[in-house]
Amino acid sequence: MEFKSNTPIYLQVIEDIKSRILSGEIKPGDKLPSSRELAVQYDINPNTAARIYSEMERMGLSYTKRGIGTFVAETTDTLDSMKEEALHKVLSEFFDAMKSMGYDEASMVSELKKFISKK
Amino acid sequence: MKVQCNNLTKRYYTKTAVDHINLTFEPGHIYALLGPNGSGKSTLMKMISGLTTQNDGEILFDGEKQTWRNKGDVAYAPTEAFFFSYMTIKNVAEYYDDFFADFDRTLFQKLLQEMDLREEMKIKSLSSGMLAKMKIAVTLSRRAKMILLDEPLNGIDLMSRDAIIKTIIGYAPEDGCVVISSHMVEELEKTVDYAIFMREGSIAYETDVEELREKETKSIVDKYREIYSGEVA
Repeated sequence: MEFKSNTPIYLQVIEDIKSRILSGEIKPGDKLPSSRELAVQYDINPNTAARIYSEMERMGLSYTKRGIGTFVAETTDTLDSMKEEALHKVLSEFFDAMKSMGYDEASMVSELKKFISKK
Repeated sequence: MKVQCNNLTKRYYTKTAVDHINLTFEPGHIYALLGPNGSGKSTLMKMISGLTTQNDGEILFDGEKQTWRNKGDVAYAPTEAFFFSYMTIKNVAEYYDDFFADFDRTLFQKLLQEMDLREEMKIKSLSSGMLAKMKIAVTLSRRAKMILLDEPLNGIDLMSRDAIIKTIIGYAPEDGCVVISSHMVEELEKTVDYAIFMREGSIAYETDVEELREKETKSIVDKYREIYSGEVA
């Protein structure tokens, strides 16, 4: 994974794990690698990796079973809110780009419909 | 093991190589020791490893003064190649096994395998990348509580650099400190969690790197440029 070196690494990895959960590559209830394994996987500092799990737990994305490991949260509401957040991001990027090209709301919708019909 | 440097000073004739440095290395962290040539990085490492004696100040290991006993807790890999060229890798392992009580032969074999090295290889026939990997393997196999790596990435190919960084990340001791000096600042960006910038024997700046990214939106490279801009690197 390519990192931006001027923004916190832990946040970038959390974003990546989130997108892997959304795409279904990682499923709710799945066991996540140990923090050392995570560090090796992403080529990051082991302390940063440990912080990723504590932040994810705080965000309700994962939970720890003592002595067993870290697991992806099984509650569907965190998954739903993640989906919503990702959807909002995609739509707002689309909206801003279209607006800057001079499309009004009606033509944005019609262009999107035209695009979908060709798919 | 916590390592503290208090007012540490080293003079060579009229030149002050390390000038009243105060630093603390906490266990479980990986530190980058950065700075241009001649800023005192190697001298600092040599004092911590007990290879040279300070003129002033002290080094404390978990609060205790440096003695022959705790010198054994420090594993130091200098920049220069330090193996006898007639030896094979196996000979080096036997040499380390004899010399250091903390040398873990099983771990060494594992690291050799992970870095594509074999025990029957001769030191004199190793490429510079292989030699650098070999240095990391013997040093980390010493399960020491303070690991000092002086320019471990210098002058070697990309694949060997990647292998070395992966090994450091995978095997850095949880109860020990790792200190890496380097000119390859970019290579250490994701590897270290703390950066120390030296200038003319003093500490110019030190920071937690995730905090630097969070608070100043700066990378280690950005900070390096800010600190040393206008100076000859």
